[in-house]
Amino acid sequence: MISIMAFEFFRNALLAGLLASVTCGIIGTYVVVKKLVALSGGVSHAAFGGIGLGYYAGFDPVLGAIGFSLVSALGMGMVSLRAKQHLDTLIGAIWAIGMAIGILFISLTPGYAPDLFSFLFGNILLVPVGDLVIMAILAVMIVVVVIACYQIFLTVTFDEEYAMVLDIPVEIVTLLLLSLVALTVVMLIRIVGIILVIALLTLPAAISREYCSHLKNMMVLSVFVGILVTTGGIFLSYFLDVPSGATIILIAAGLYGLVLIERGLRKNKHRVNPGNA
Amino acid sequence: MTEAIKLDHVYAEIAGQTVLEDISLAVNTREFYAIIGPNGGGKTTLVKLMLGLIQPKKGMIKVFGGTPRENRRMLGYVPQFHTFDFHYPITLHEMVISGRLGNKSRVFTRYTQEDRRITEEVLITLGISDLSGREISALSGGERQRAIIARALVSEPRALLLDEPTVYVDAPAEQQFYNILNSLKEKMAVILVTHDIGVVSDYATKVACLNRHLYTHDSGEITEEMLTSAYMCPVELIAHGVPHRVFRKHTHEGLP
Repeated sequence: MISIMAFEFFRNALLAGLLASVTCGIIGTYVVVKKLVALSGGVSHAAFGGIGLGYYAGFDPVLGAIGFSLVSALGMGMVSLRAKQHLDTLIGAIWAIGMAIGILFISLTPGYAPDLFSFLFGNILLVPVGDLVIMAILAVMIVVVVIACYQIFLTVTFDEEYAMVLDIPVEIVTLLLLSLVALTVVMLIRIVGIILVIALLTLPAAISREYCSHLKNMMVLSVFVGILVTTGGIFLSYFLDVPSGATIILIAAGLYGLVLIERGLRKNKHRVNPGNA
Repeated sequence: MTEAIKLDHVYAEIAGQTVLEDISLAVNTREFYAIIGPNGGGKTTLVKLMLGLIQPKKGMIKVFGGTPRENRRMLGYVPQFHTFDFHYPITLHEMVISGRLGNKSRVFTRYTQEDRRITEEVLITLGISDLSGREISALSGGERQRAIIARALVSEPRALLLDEPTVYVDAPAEQQFYNILNSLKEKMAVILVTHDIGVVSDYATKVACLNRHLYTHDSGEITEEMLTSAYMCPVELIAHGVPHRVFRKHTHEGLP
């Protein structure tokens, strides 16, 4: 245990897991309560287009991912504000278009794309120090914005129409929140990969939702659940020599399953003894 | 009495369909204006026009002398029940006090002592202050309804707009509910749209009938008057929108 902590890559991995947990706990809470799960999935797959473009044009694929995920999130946000009935279709389209662009660019790029596999499936054990810095900056940004806008986000995500009557600039606030979702998704791609992002974004928040009645508490608990599953996943995947992203997700999913069973049992108990209900 | 809301020959469309035609009405402060009509008659659209959430196709709307967008902070709004996500993790107190957000610079907003005092007063008036810390998913229909009204009242509006507020309120609570509205009338204009013709008549100072067109009656006199007003609406209204007992009364009494 102590011996592996001596490796820099391992300490980096734990730090990356910690940073990702902070943001996915906070932003994942909004994703779950505002039902943005499908939209987030679209954003993460759209990011693949940016990664492909990065390889092809020779710049950092992470920057490409940030660009594509921001544009797709804002685009879907505009549509959701104006014509909600088309949103579902649009998410599906963007999901596929992003992947298609990525595949096209990568096939056009001469040679082999070295990190491609880790973008798709994540590899927290290989997170470079440069990415850690980007992740830290994003995490701080997200925390500051959410603290600054907490009451507004609460009001807008709970009741958009009433927020308009209160003269809150709902459009700007919604797009800001979606930008945060996009940035969080990019951060999580490093940890679990494009394909598994949605699970890490939603499972910790869904677990805490079962125990919290306040948005704030839900965020804090989600962060701790995130730290628990990422740290657990990193250790387990290292010792068992299996992919880290998949391990993290399966731990989170297992925990969610246990929580649902526990809640189910408790409800049944209440039913037998209505005095507690 | 000052004029709270005025509509002048207003037309409105939703998705290309005309839902309101040539609506003119004026609501004064200290008036309880009830608008009755069938589902699909344009009631919600009318309320949203007053709030500036929808723009009219034609015509002019004034809210306390300005446009709805300029002055909607003077309005309290009680939306329809089904528009809410009651599974959202928010407590009754958090929901109600959010009605105070309209008067603030919004970034890094913290609620002040005054916000909390006014919220507490409103919660006491509506009899839900002991539920303050309860999550809204754990409230009954009537309690949720009062929470929605409380949120509209904490902004200290000069006019209150209610869209079908009694759907989830049971009969004894309904009486109490209308008593509360009646007392609010002393401080503000109250505009209520509903398909529930029964209780409204006892409290409204003015009654109008809405089914695409607005049929106004400048008095709010009790049931007789109300029924007469219903006659002047298109027949579909009586057949579809109004409870059966009213319909039967209609046929017994015959057309005037």
